[in-house]
Amino acid sequence: MHGRIAILAAVLLVGWGGATHAESTSIILATTTSTDNSGLLDELLPVFEERTGIDVKAVAVGTGAALRMASRGQADVVLTHAPTAEKPLVEAGDLVDGRRIMHNDFVLLGPPGDPAGARVDRLEASLAAIAEHGRFVSRGDDSGTHKRERALWEMAGIDRRTIATLEETGQGMGATLDIASERQSYTLSDRGTYLALRKRLDLEVVFEGEPPLMNVYSMYVVNPEKHAGAKAEPARKLIAFFSEPEIQRRIGEFRREEFGRSLFVPDVVPTSKGGG
Amino acid sequence: MTELASGFVEAIQLLLHRDPEVEGVVVRTLLVSGFATLLAMAIGVPLGFVLARKRFPGRTVVLGVVNTGMGMPPVVAGLFVWLLLVRNGPFGSMELIYTTRAMVIAQLFIATPMVMGFTVASIQALPPGLPDLLRSLGASRARTLWLLAREARLGLLAAVMAGFGAVISEVGASMMVGGNLRGQTRILTTAIVTETSRGQTERAIALGLILLAIAFVVNLFLTRSQQARAT
Repeated sequence: MHGRIAILAAVLLVGWGGATHAESTSIILATTTSTDNSGLLDELLPVFEERTGIDVKAVAVGTGAALRMASRGQADVVLTHAPTAEKPLVEAGDLVDGRRIMHNDFVLLGPPGDPAGARVDRLEASLAAIAEHGRFVSRGDDSGTHKRERALWEMAGIDRRTIATLEETGQGMGATLDIASERQSYTLSDRGTYLALRKRLDLEVVFEGEPPLMNVYSMYVVNPEKHAGAKAEPARKLIAFFSEPEIQRRIGEFRREEFGRSLFVPDVVPTSKGGG
Repeated sequence: MTELASGFVEAIQLLLHRDPEVEGVVVRTLLVSGFATLLAMAIGVPLGFVLARKRFPGRTVVLGVVNTGMGMPPVVAGLFVWLLLVRNGPFGSMELIYTTRAMVIAQLFIATPMVMGFTVASIQALPPGLPDLLRSLGASRARTLWLLAREARLGLLAAVMAGFGAVISEVGASMMVGGNLRGQTRILTTAIVTETSRGQTERAIALGLILLAIAFVVNLFLTRSQQARAT
């Protein structure tokens, strides 16, 4: 019987070691679900890891949660898309060394028949038509997309709480698009996720192209002077990596053939002496 | 072809072509959940023994806690372990968050109450005079415990199956404390969530079928050993 216990103990010890692998430097990248859902990080991070030996734990939690993790020192670097929510953290000294990496845009989506008549030439008018005649499905999860949606209603002078047909899913973009499609409702999506899922959705773009729909992705280092334990050096290396001309080119090319347009437009303009 | 049907076809293709990423996910799933179940047995069976045999003040309350824990919602276990292991949490300096070890710990909180509950039930189902009888026949204390475990093996195997079934099928805790990192902490359930949200429905169905197949094979194996020894 003692033999059996010894064997069990040995199995447990080996299991504890085997269930994980020896780790070198690792950093936590808190990011949005949209970059993760697109598969962009899966393509780029292994290149960085191979080159530097730094293990990047990219946790897709949504912009609101990512910024909260940063403000509590629970991450080392963030990749988010809500400039107005990022700014206070920069001012408070939680985030430093910010850099704009890439952009795409948000689109208003709706049922193919456009029952609310949201295909008009001004964004405010389109939103007003949806608020009055249509049904709207909101993320409701404090993500970057949800933050933008609330800002758009405010910009259009519409009190979001008065929209009787607005529903919140509390889920990611993919699930929210599915629900909007099934319920034949309007919704706001980043273009990348919409393109990736378009095949199975019964939704079309009803409004696009105005400046308030611009979707900018930036990266920031969590300030180690404010949050002990934050690993700023490898975090800076990661941001420098995303800013490299070659990686910027790959961001622009990512899944472009598949969708006929770039999911993300690179934003770091190579300097003249950079040779890019 | 419907998505469901093409999912079945893709599942078979994934298995036949030995997709290395899928294999990695399968192996990781088995390691994490298997190891969590083993640990839960190592902790839960002895504690269950004590709870079943000893009478002490507050025992009913403890049993109530264990029985509640048997229905432990995985996301609650996940939230709790996340708060313990996150960088600014009490055990943050151990850097366990977003590793498979963190997932084992979270799954341990789910499986241990289940193993304890089943152990208590199976030991209490034995004839009450059995331990005294064994002792009077000259069995040592350790020998007595061993013989009791043998008598209760049906219930103890049910405890393994329940514990393993709970942890291999849970998604909330592993998603929170593991972070669903590709090649590191992505397991079958979290991969299914990811593939679905990415629009890769066929892959998601394929992974679901693999998960069901694993659960079936493991339970078939356990059931066989349970029933073979029962006769």
